[in-house]
Amino acid sequence: MISLILTIIARDLRLSLRRGSTTIMVMGFFVMVVIMFPFAIGPEQNILQRMSVGVIWVAALLSCLLSLDSIFQSDYEDGSLDQFILSPVPLELVVLAKCIAHWITTSLPLIIITPILGILMNLPEQGYFPLILTMLLGTPALSFIGGIGASLTVTLRRGGVLLSLLILPLYIPVLIFGVLAVKATIDGYPATEHLMLLISFSLFSAAITPWAAAAAIRSGLE
Amino acid sequence: MGFSVSNMSSDHLSGQNLACIRGDRPVFSNLAFDLPPGRALILLGANGSGKSSLMKIIAGLLPAISGEISIQGQNILGDKDWISQNVCYLAHKNGMKPELTVAENLTFWARLERHDGDIREQAVKIGIDHCLDLPVSYLSSGQARRAALTRILCHPGNIWLLDEPTVGLDSDGVALLSGLMNDHLRRGGRILAATHIELGLEADKSSVLNMADFAYQMPDILEESLL
Repeated sequence: MISLILTIIARDLRLSLRRGSTTIMVMGFFVMVVIMFPFAIGPEQNILQRMSVGVIWVAALLSCLLSLDSIFQSDYEDGSLDQFILSPVPLELVVLAKCIAHWITTSLPLIIITPILGILMNLPEQGYFPLILTMLLGTPALSFIGGIGASLTVTLRRGGVLLSLLILPLYIPVLIFGVLAVKATIDGYPATEHLMLLISFSLFSAAITPWAAAAAIRSGLE
Repeated sequence: MGFSVSNMSSDHLSGQNLACIRGDRPVFSNLAFDLPPGRALILLGANGSGKSSLMKIIAGLLPAISGEISIQGQNILGDKDWISQNVCYLAHKNGMKPELTVAENLTFWARLERHDGDIREQAVKIGIDHCLDLPVSYLSSGQARRAALTRILCHPGNIWLLDEPTVGLDSDGVALLSGLMNDHLRRGGRILAATHIELGLEADKSSVLNMADFAYQMPDILEESLL
């Protein structure tokens, strides 16, 4: 089973590498959204500093959203999804593998360039490590929750806007606790509870998404 | 409709009383078929008569409103485990990623479908071996179809569901395909194919299922009450 999951992840990573553009465009979008804020608000350092964590998190949510519909869309369009259902691999495992691949191709690159954006937003020194840690712990939930949305809209043409409307409200808890954890650390308080909640969001969504998304795909294909 | 009860426990793949609704529109009803090993069933019918729907029902991709499909007395309708081992489905779409090469695509499906057929050997049979290392996006539609047919050849399943298998194929391709289909039948395989052209199967091994015979008819009582 593990080797099958790895096979599917490897295929999606290779696809993303061959396409190239999606990951780079998502990273570009992430950077652009963050850069907009100093322009809009002005270069006052303490205001930027206070907003920095929130802005980076919101930009990460939006960037993640941008690439969600690609999780199942191309497989639906070229008929691969039908073959996945017919193969001996449970569709739940396929969903799990594809969400993990989405995290690796979307969220991981965002996390890697986050320190550069921290400099742009004048993020306090002691905020870098917690910000990256919270993103590492919280962004898997974005890919998994997004997987449910992507599976619900896969058979709709132009389901992208609907997908955003469905999924963004569900991202709010991750956003709240992600930002709170970093702020607490910057202000010198322990952030353990916030981090544990973030981990629980990620684990909970990883546990329910395969079932929910597989059911949505099966009923959608009818 | 009906086939004799003795078929129920035989190794015939038989469907009884199948009905299908897409959206609000009844597609067919009371459909029955019988497919012994080593035989092919050709689905004929106008566009929209339910050929693809019937295949999707057999493949478990669509639910049937009623009826059952059985083999050796066992109802296999929606039985995912049985279907994944025995049914090999070639849809309208090829299920090939344009960014990956033909060989990468085929290896991926082979791993997922847990068989280790020699991909190159099968590709030679359908005349696509020279394209194995090309990305599918470089192929013509006929070449892509041949690549998809290679997946069918590698699949160990006994029942081939072929939805318009000849789309895009040139006359050489059709000839190769009919040879391969005849081979499959000779090995005791079964084929269900929807097509609009002559597939060149051995005459005594194929029969025809005319979808027009099963078009949904409104019950008389309903019709009278509407009039």
